[in-house]
Amino acid sequence: MIRLENISKTFRVRKRNAGFGRALRALFSREYEDIHALRDVSFAVNDGEMVGYIGPNGAGKSTTIKIMCGVLTPDGGACDINGRTPWKHRVAHVRDIGVVFGQRSQLWWDVPVIDSFELIRDIYKTPQAIYKRNLDELTDALELAEILKTPARSLSLGQRMRCEVVASLLHDPKILFLDEPTIGLDAVSKIAVRQFIKRLNAERGTTVLLTTHDMQDIEALTERIILIGKGQILLDGTLETLRQRANINASEMTDGNIATDAEAWVAALYKEYEI
Amino acid sequence: MKLYAKYFSMHIKSQMQYKLSFFFTCTGQFLVAFATFLSIHFLFARFDSVGGFTYEEVLICFAVMIMAFSLSELIGRGFDRFPILLGNGGFDRIMVRPRNVVFQVLASQVEFSRLGRFIQAVVVLAFALPRSGIDWTWDKILTLIFMIVCGAFLFFGLFVIYAAFTFFTLEGLEFMNILTDGGREHGRLPFSVYGDGVLKFLTYVVPLALVQYYPLLYLTGRTEDMRYMFVPILALLFLIPCRAFFKLGMRKYKSTGS
Repeated sequence: MIRLENISKTFRVRKRNAGFGRALRALFSREYEDIHALRDVSFAVNDGEMVGYIGPNGAGKSTTIKIMCGVLTPDGGACDINGRTPWKHRVAHVRDIGVVFGQRSQLWWDVPVIDSFELIRDIYKTPQAIYKRNLDELTDALELAEILKTPARSLSLGQRMRCEVVASLLHDPKILFLDEPTIGLDAVSKIAVRQFIKRLNAERGTTVLLTTHDMQDIEALTERIILIGKGQILLDGTLETLRQRANINASEMTDGNIATDAEAWVAALYKEYEI
Repeated sequence: MKLYAKYFSMHIKSQMQYKLSFFFTCTGQFLVAFATFLSIHFLFARFDSVGGFTYEEVLICFAVMIMAFSLSELIGRGFDRFPILLGNGGFDRIMVRPRNVVFQVLASQVEFSRLGRFIQAVVVLAFALPRSGIDWTWDKILTLIFMIVCGAFLFFGLFVIYAAFTFFTLEGLEFMNILTDGGREHGRLPFSVYGDGVLKFLTYVVPLALVQYYPLLYLTGRTEDMRYMFVPILALLFLIPCRAFFKLGMRKYKSTGS
């Protein structure tokens, strides 16, 4: 059970101005700018649910994920994940979660993938039997058996991403956070990753929260969607309600040209909320 | 500890992927340290003593500092390269692992090429020890070990401070190198030769003299006071503010990091 209540987060960024003179002046007097990354973000996710978290770049998706992972502490609000506050009980909390940062690898570049997996097993103190079972199941499902002995640097992006997913699941997490898991993947890999996530959710009941810009991900995977823009939750509902909502607006905007595919109606939503 | 051994073997495997590069870095490290050795050698070709210390005594001083520094770099390189870890998101990954943060930063890097420098120190020490005229009784041997081990910890503390600074600036601060690399380079001579001000600074602020100058006095028989033997251990107190500063930086990261 994930519950966020009125989470807010402000970053203080030093203003950087163009021009040499201004840069010089900035040495002596610093101007700060408050950026409200999150404003009163509240939502709840039940066990076993699969939720898509969408929004344009800079909307606050990653910040929310990082708060839920215990990496960042919010300025205000409460967050309760399986009875724990992530930033207060970091070590106990992260044992139960898996995280895939799509743009950052957790595999060791120069050693065979299997060695990275074994290190992760030791980091999480996963019992050998469970590790073995998970590894067999996961490599089978994602068709990785042949590349386990290959160093990460020699893998294609698609192969690597599948390995990332495996690495995040070896310790039997109850919740899986996926931050752009299909970024840059080819169609085959995308479908493989999607099917796998779906199976994981159905068979093991793992709660999945994923952020993505790929609307096909959303259509293929999630029933429920949370839309965030400029740090605020704008919509929280099923795929269908969002689609209908977008269609109404799209029809207003584009003189009856009803947006049909996901890309279009999401774009329409972004437009409507001016995010 | 077992986990660290695991990390260690991963680092060996990684670095052995680039054997030639490893060999050259090792050699480079050896040569850099050798240049410092030569500077001492030429200095003593003209002068019989520096600050009242003989050639062999200064060589011991030099070897101890190099050894301490290379040991701390070998183990604590993760802190020395901390800006990179912070920049590429590696630190976020560390935060989502159920292990101590400091441990993971330590384990994130092991720099074997520092062995080149270490070997140099061993050679110099092997040359200087028998010629120094010091009677190597157990207390002298213990003093020497204290100097090396505590010196390594002290340099490590400086790396930690350096890393903690990057929480605030997000970039490495070169001025810290005055203390780390500078400490190593200038530590080839007993700190007393740099004058009273420097010695005071290195005694009370950044206690590098506690692992070098004072125990050296005991080692070379300039003082009979046994307390000088244990002075290096006192330097370990320096690690407390280092740790506190790092914790402070981490709290700041958790509230501002991106």
